[in-house]
Amino acid sequence: MSLTDLTATELGKRIKEGKVTAVDAAKESLENIKEKDKGLNAFVTLADEAGVIKRAEEVQRQIEDGSLTGPLAGVPVALKDNLCTKGLRTTCASKILSNFVPPYSATAVENLEKAGAVIIGKTNMDEFAMGSTSETSFFGAVKNPHDAERVTGGSSGGSAAAVAAGEVAYALGTDTGGSIRQPSAYCGVTGIKPTYGTVSRNGLIAYASSLDQIGPIAKDVTDCAAILEAIASYDTKDSTSVKRDDTDFTSALGGDVKGLKIGIPNDYFGEGLDEEVGTAVLAAADTLKEMGAEVERFDLGLVHYAVPAYYIIASAEASSNLSRFDGVKYGYRAKDYEGLHQMYKRSRSEGFGEEVKRRIMLGTFALSSGYYDAYYMKALKTKALIKQAFDKAFEEYDVILGPVAPTVAPRLGESLIDPIKMYLGDIYTVSANLAGLPAISLPCGVNSRGLPIGLQLTGNCFNEKTIIKAAFAFERKYGESIKPGGEEA
Amino acid sequence: MKKYETVIGLEVHVELATKTKIFCGCPTQFGGKPNTHTCPVCTGMPGSLPVLNKKVVEYAMAVGLATNCEINRNCRFDRKNYFYPDNPQDYQISQLYEPICLNGHVNINVDGYEKKVRIHEIHMEEDAGKLIHDELKDGSLIDFNRSGVPLIEIVSEPDMSSADEVIAYLETLRTTIQYLGASDCKLQEGSMRADVNLSVREAGSDKLGTRTEMKNLNSFKAIARAIENERNRQIVIIEDGGQVIQETRRWDDNKEESYSMRSKEDAQDYRYFPDPDLPGIFISREWIDEIKQREPEFKAARQERYISEYGIPKGDADIITDSKKMADIFEEASALCNSPKKIANWLIGDTIRLLKEHDMDPDDIKFSPENLAKLVKLTEEGTINSSVATEVFEKVFADNIDPESYVKEKGLAQVNDESALRDTVQKVIDENPQSVEDYRGGKEKALGFLVGQTMKAMGGKANPGLVNKLLKELL
Repeated sequence: MSLTDLTATELGKRIKEGKVTAVDAAKESLENIKEKDKGLNAFVTLADEAGVIKRAEEVQRQIEDGSLTGPLAGVPVALKDNLCTKGLRTTCASKILSNFVPPYSATAVENLEKAGAVIIGKTNMDEFAMGSTSETSFFGAVKNPHDAERVTGGSSGGSAAAVAAGEVAYALGTDTGGSIRQPSAYCGVTGIKPTYGTVSRNGLIAYASSLDQIGPIAKDVTDCAAILEAIASYDTKDSTSVKRDDTDFTSALGGDVKGLKIGIPNDYFGEGLDEEVGTAVLAAADTLKEMGAEVERFDLGLVHYAVPAYYIIASAEASSNLSRFDGVKYGYRAKDYEGLHQMYKRSRSEGFGEEVKRRIMLGTFALSSGYYDAYYMKALKTKALIKQAFDKAFEEYDVILGPVAPTVAPRLGESLIDPIKMYLGDIYTVSANLAGLPAISLPCGVNSRGLPIGLQLTGNCFNEKTIIKAAFAFERKYGESIKPGGEEA
Repeated sequence: MKKYETVIGLEVHVELATKTKIFCGCPTQFGGKPNTHTCPVCTGMPGSLPVLNKKVVEYAMAVGLATNCEINRNCRFDRKNYFYPDNPQDYQISQLYEPICLNGHVNINVDGYEKKVRIHEIHMEEDAGKLIHDELKDGSLIDFNRSGVPLIEIVSEPDMSSADEVIAYLETLRTTIQYLGASDCKLQEGSMRADVNLSVREAGSDKLGTRTEMKNLNSFKAIARAIENERNRQIVIIEDGGQVIQETRRWDDNKEESYSMRSKEDAQDYRYFPDPDLPGIFISREWIDEIKQREPEFKAARQERYISEYGIPKGDADIITDSKKMADIFEEASALCNSPKKIANWLIGDTIRLLKEHDMDPDDIKFSPENLAKLVKLTEEGTINSSVATEVFEKVFADNIDPESYVKEKGLAQVNDESALRDTVQKVIDENPQSVEDYRGGKEKALGFLVGQTMKAMGGKANPGLVNKLLKELL
């Protein structure tokens, strides 16, 4: 068995037991990337190899002298390229940041380093996390390890592909409207978007500040719980960070689901949902029922308002968040310009891709004088109503179960032709962001072509443990996660 | 020509005296090398986030309470979006929808009448960096040291109608804010900046005319000149049958004229929206009470107290309390030497004169209350006479010297020794027979001349009373 077939916590255990070293793990990860990444394009930037080895040696020493004892010590990690890494280029997969080397690291990255992580590189993504396919990257599309003709989903497609292909044991992604969960589903891996405020956003290059959360993408629920436990922290550098004393997520791994109340929104099983996906998800619900959970269908309501509300709020915030990329202080600046305004216009016109420009324009329009109330304010009110609908649902249920995405991974190039259709594909994931809820995406089957299907479990705010427990129970029953190549394990 | 009245409202920016910036831990200190008081937050680095400095909220609340505002207990920050290189995020964090203070007022005194100027709101915001044009390379450089320095903007209603009222309003705000310690409020250095919104209308009309906004007013004198100039400019336009254009104008105090910066048509759409990085601020009743309790004794109260407690004339008490710095010196020095009236005289006399001569503010006073008190003691004890005292005070004012050791060192103590003086006086009488004759002939003035000659012979250190007495005796 190759080291890269191990989960992150399995690898961490072997390192701790002295069976392998952190250096071996790092070397094997680098080898794998060399071998596989030409076909996948999961990485934008690899850390300097000598630096990685040096870091692995240092971590190994700390493991040996007992100063590093965590489950992730010595395990290589890949980070989505919108997380600032001191001294390591961070591009957001955009031309405009193609030369940006941050002077500081994101808090979540620092937390991982404290846990003994060895950073291997930065993963590809949709430009500025805007997209659902990882095709809008300035560095080219990411390919799905299960089928190179298909997308990985997005925007954390590089992280999901790197884990699915065994390039690294785990990765960090970010989720603004489903960007961890949907590529996890398309690539047959597991990912958690935590409750808003659980992981510090300091150092995460903002797309939509009120919705963005960092979270793990890994091979199983156990890894996700351990990684989330490592990165979650109250951070005085992030005013939206929440003080929690219940971030011992690994304590939820185990137990049974007897009596757990699971609600399935009828609204999620209507038009637009692929039949095979629907069948696999409902079969997963049956599995949980067999295990003792109380499963019930209900009407959530407002589902069709979630996508429009999301795209207005996210675009509005993005239009402001992305203003700072102006060619003045860092990043790309146009070669030829006369005067300040032309410098701004050309740098931004040349530096941003189509999808980013589309959302900046959409957001600028939504915030414009005369339209603010009709669009932005209305979207905020819708957001509040969606939150209320979930509050009501969580009075009845512990977990809300549904699909992650309406289909399996589409073919490359299919989605960008029709952005509206692509946006509607986010229908099952955006609500968790609008309502700030934790949600996990994990494999629950494959379709007739062998493409992975994801199951989504959503919990109430701060109830990560509930969904981790349910997901862990389901995962054990369902068996091993799906391997690249499409055979069901 | 018809009669016109002027309608003026003010937007006053005040730099708050916090040690660190509004959204990061960088120092606010003025004058560091360019871009040394900076971090990822105040330079707009990707991924950096603002964290509110609580002290900014407290200062803003304190100013609001002192100006009779309601405190908005659920205020929050908004983003004002516009591109400019001194604005590192290309949006400014400010308050539009829910500013911290609302509906206040201050009472101003102008030429003996009192007037109420209403305050529409006070909001908190961050300052921008500074652009420096590099002549050599024909480019612009940015210094982000000032970026993120906390400001409050005090927006008045259009309740003023003359330059005198505007200056009285600004002085009232300045004194109040200085007493609070919330800012030093220096116009020249930019820690207090006023934009004047002005329109004119026919006297008696209740309809407002079209207003202009005047920027770049760096002194009270500039403000007065700009108001006069803008009022006349608008009247000429109306008299000529034209229409005033709503625009922002920039005052050039050297040329004593203004020019248009941008008209309303060019006004940008700032696309304000609540900053998602900063949760709303909840201000509890307890917090408001705490700030209220910390409120210092303001000018008016001190003035009253100086009149009743120390017997200082009203006018003098007014001048002393204009500056908290001077008022503090007055109280401390008076406590040390127990001669408040003499202390007051030094402050409103020589101190004010020297401040004017050196173009300084009372805030720039360097001398300590201790040294002023010592000087007063030296005069009271008769150790030095008044002309020596003036000389010593200039030294105290300039270098905060210790008057006791200075007098000792320089041998400036007054000569009170009658026998020593008697010889000199006799000598002066002998050398000035004409004056002696004049005096004896009834010319009182001649005595003054003889006193002067004696003082001169004594190097200014003689006790003038004693010289007088001896002269009369010997003549």
